[in-house]
Amino acid sequence: MPEIENFDVAVIGAGHAGCEAALAAARLGMKTALFTISLDCIANMPCNPSIGGTAKGHLVREIDALGGEMGKAADATFLQSRMLNLGRGPAVHSIRVQSDRVKYHTYMKKTVEAQENLYLKQAEVTAVLFDGNKASGVRTKLGTIYSAKAVIVSTGTYLNGEVHVGTVSYPSGPDAVSPATELTKSLVDAGIAIRRFKTGTPARVHRRSIDFDKLERQDGDENIVPLSFSTDRKLENTVSCYVAYTNEETHRVILDNIDKSPIYSGRIHAIGPRYCPSIEDKIMRFRDRERHQLFIEPMGTDTDEFYLQGMSSSLPEDVQLKFLRTIKGLERVEIMRNAYAIEYDCCDPTELLPTLEFKKIDGLFGAGQFNGTSGYEEAAAQGLVAGINAALKLKGRQQLLLDRASSYIGTLIDDLTTKGCSDPYRMLTSRSEYRLLLRQDNADIRLTPIGYEIGLVPRETFDKFCEKQRLVKQEIERVRAVNVPPSEELAEYFEQMGTEKITTGAKLAQLIKRPQLTYDGLKPFDKDRPELPFAVREQVELQIKYEGYIAIQLEQVEAMRKLEVKKLPPDIDYTQIKGLRLEAIEKLAKIRPLSVGQASRISGVNPADVGVLLVWLEQNRRREAGKSDD
Amino acid sequence: MSTICAISTPQGAGGISVIRISGDDAISVAERVFVPFGNKKVAEMAGHTCVYGRVVHNGKTVDDALLTVFLAPKSYTGENTAEISCHGGIYVTKQVLRACLENGAQLACAGEFTKRAFLNGKLSLTQAESVIETITASGEQSLKSANLTREGRLFERIKSVSDGLVTLLSGLAAWNDYPDEDIPAVEQSAIKNTLESSVSALSEILKNYDRGRIFRHGIDTAIVGKPNVGKSTLMNMLLGYNRSIVTDIAGTTRDIVEESANIGGVTLRLSDTAGIHSTGDEVESIGVQLAKNKLYGCDLVLAVFDSASPLTDDDRELISSLPQGKTVIVLNKSDLSPVLSADEFEGFSHIVEISAKNSLGMSNIENALEDIFRLHSFDENAVIFANERQKACAESALSFLTQAIGALELGETLDAVTIMIDKACDYLLELTGEKVTETVVDKVFASFCVGK
Repeated sequence: MPEIENFDVAVIGAGHAGCEAALAAARLGMKTALFTISLDCIANMPCNPSIGGTAKGHLVREIDALGGEMGKAADATFLQSRMLNLGRGPAVHSIRVQSDRVKYHTYMKKTVEAQENLYLKQAEVTAVLFDGNKASGVRTKLGTIYSAKAVIVSTGTYLNGEVHVGTVSYPSGPDAVSPATELTKSLVDAGIAIRRFKTGTPARVHRRSIDFDKLERQDGDENIVPLSFSTDRKLENTVSCYVAYTNEETHRVILDNIDKSPIYSGRIHAIGPRYCPSIEDKIMRFRDRERHQLFIEPMGTDTDEFYLQGMSSSLPEDVQLKFLRTIKGLERVEIMRNAYAIEYDCCDPTELLPTLEFKKIDGLFGAGQFNGTSGYEEAAAQGLVAGINAALKLKGRQQLLLDRASSYIGTLIDDLTTKGCSDPYRMLTSRSEYRLLLRQDNADIRLTPIGYEIGLVPRETFDKFCEKQRLVKQEIERVRAVNVPPSEELAEYFEQMGTEKITTGAKLAQLIKRPQLTYDGLKPFDKDRPELPFAVREQVELQIKYEGYIAIQLEQVEAMRKLEVKKLPPDIDYTQIKGLRLEAIEKLAKIRPLSVGQASRISGVNPADVGVLLVWLEQNRRREAGKSDD
Repeated sequence: MSTICAISTPQGAGGISVIRISGDDAISVAERVFVPFGNKKVAEMAGHTCVYGRVVHNGKTVDDALLTVFLAPKSYTGENTAEISCHGGIYVTKQVLRACLENGAQLACAGEFTKRAFLNGKLSLTQAESVIETITASGEQSLKSANLTREGRLFERIKSVSDGLVTLLSGLAAWNDYPDEDIPAVEQSAIKNTLESSVSALSEILKNYDRGRIFRHGIDTAIVGKPNVGKSTLMNMLLGYNRSIVTDIAGTTRDIVEESANIGGVTLRLSDTAGIHSTGDEVESIGVQLAKNKLYGCDLVLAVFDSASPLTDDDRELISSLPQGKTVIVLNKSDLSPVLSADEFEGFSHIVEISAKNSLGMSNIENALEDIFRLHSFDENAVIFANERQKACAESALSFLTQAIGALELGETLDAVTIMIDKACDYLLELTGEKVTETVVDKVFASFCVGK
């Protein structure tokens, strides 16, 4: 069939990765096609009806700061919001919202529909087309060919998806949508290594079958912090979630039926996520636990479906019903959608550059679960980076490389492309060595200037950001200069807060540093304080309070960046570098790091190898310099 | 750049040895170890000048020496550099090196001066080849030192501290990353306890750490066997002179007698132990217990058997308790007609025959040692490097743990405290080449039931 249309960028799959990728590319002026098997499944949440959570909330704020859509969509469609980990320090504060699944989909569908340069198409892409080592377009199931200068693969769990429930298995995408069964072949033919991962989801049950009075209720926060930096309206919770627990009887039912699990009976060989085990995994692996917690969460306001977080399973439907009914509050539960495990095809992310472009194929990018991650936020973050880089590449501009100290997005991509993953990768705050710098509250400071420079952050947003920065800077200067004299009121307040009183005047900044005191709490003793918005006050307090620790982290960053700026040419023949050990040569040739810094993080590359690379680079530099002198 | 030092002249009994110090703090390290005669001050010396004085360590004069100062960028490495020329004996040279190491310098890896010189633009391109060669050598050395490190007892002790910290961190990580799960809160008191016990363990390690041990010691070797099979005779043969009291009466050697011997270029630190056998004699049974303990603690066991007598129950008990990898079975008295054969020692790959009395079979022992330690590649620098590295890691970790305790006591939030623990743990894990973020994440998934 003849080619019917030419695009700059073609995105395969309109999940959380695909939507961000397509929006970013289109917003950067690329004529972009977004393909999906079903227009009714755009930005679907086939698992948790929820956005954010620990580290994931950080990712959403970073996506927002760079000019992505997820934060805005989540703020527009949330049902309940909580700031997790309050009291454990700002580095681990994370926003998690309960989302209305259908409204989220609708919001995102409308957004992509309204986007200039963006063409939404319902079609199953059956092949990526290549021109030599270059991606050149896609072909759909109907044989239609669309040419494209860059192709982004964000196929989620659709790619050769296979659902498993008990002894039954069948090809399917998530939520009973058709899988994409032909696309893999064209990727394999192009030399891309394909692996098989697995994930799972719990049952959805009917509201009327839940005894809510037997459950613990969990409400949202009173003062909601939005996920998007540009949301400035007041947000209100509209629903509650509930907590329940499994018991000995639940565990007995599961253990009695464990042989019916496709995983324990050996029918699924794919690798499941360690961080998100099914309930049968939890019970098998942690035999001594008397109970496991589960959350009962509404799926939306226009439905009676509830999600049972913590109860993912691939046991047969009758067993699912049986063990759920052992749980207090769920004795008469009705399952509406059963739990299932799903296997799918994904790539080995060490075949990707940190730009998310395949090393061996020019113009082919991967994002989301296809790259071996799990989670909507991880997917969206990669989609955004892939979309940005596809556009920047086509424009001939320098591509976006985020390092580990810049963001969780950078950490995620560095982990994937440098170390790879052997099970679906979930972001965790413990994965970042720069946690105290990469806070959710300062994602805009870290990334908005970059987003503006790229062209994704609008001028107006950037101006607002600059004004916030100006206010923060000005207030920090003032707070450092303001002297607080000792007084009876102050002594009384300090005693109440459990901190030592002062006998001579102290700088306000010094007092804010005390763990027992806060910027807001000291307001009565700070006569000339200006009225400032929360986001500014928050920055003033955190930047002063954690100054010392931030300085320690910045030293680490500086040391890391010294090696990061030593760029390695992409076409190095490592076998020709004298002095590298064989293991290092193999690893370096496989990963093809972009910098000596990235090389140093590859397992199997030791400090001596790094030394050799540095000397080799210096040799090259001088040879080049010698040539240009001629 | 960090400040490094090393002995820059070939080791041996030459006329003069040079200890080179290079890096940002080179001059202040020199100032701490070198006292010029007269009123000169090291810190005020101009580049390319030289002063006569003495090297002082722990208040004692080690040697009279010359100090030459080169200021950056006009030095071999392009960094501040100090060179101490002392009298060339091995002992004196190592004492000077030791003084520098204990006053803020780190031991240089092989080739590190040259590498720095090249990267600082002091060497020509044609010299780059040799730079790479020296770095490669250093890679082998550090690999070797990493292996040595992992076998040592110091490593075991550091490892137990880092294991404790990883467990603590993974508890904190699971609690923070899965706040909605049923994970018990990590109590401040529990954190403090772990930190304090880690601090005291590391302080203890550092207190007992004796850099000199490695200069004086070599391979810690135990000679074991039942009474009167010729252990002391073997020791004397290795030492080349009579050291242990040798008689034909079983049980003559009651204490552990220690001595150093040089075999095929490596120093064996020999312990001749009381024979291992059941005994009613109280004094002697203490000796027997000592000998058994020694088996587990040492680097090398020479297990001596009388090849002319069949194995007894005592022998069999001893064989079963021998660490096979580091044991050489020595069949003694091969001049009499042997009744023991190698078949009796299943699982041991180093079995040699000797006649201690007639000093026959030394080369058999040397070959076995070569096999076990690959003597041709066993170099003392690697051992020093391994130990220095461990010590430096332990010291850095200690400092961050102390800061973490301070932060905890101040009431700082746990994320800030955790950053300090992370750093401490990272230093300790460096010894095994692990990264704290990965190790902790793995431990979270292995130990906690978390997820949807």
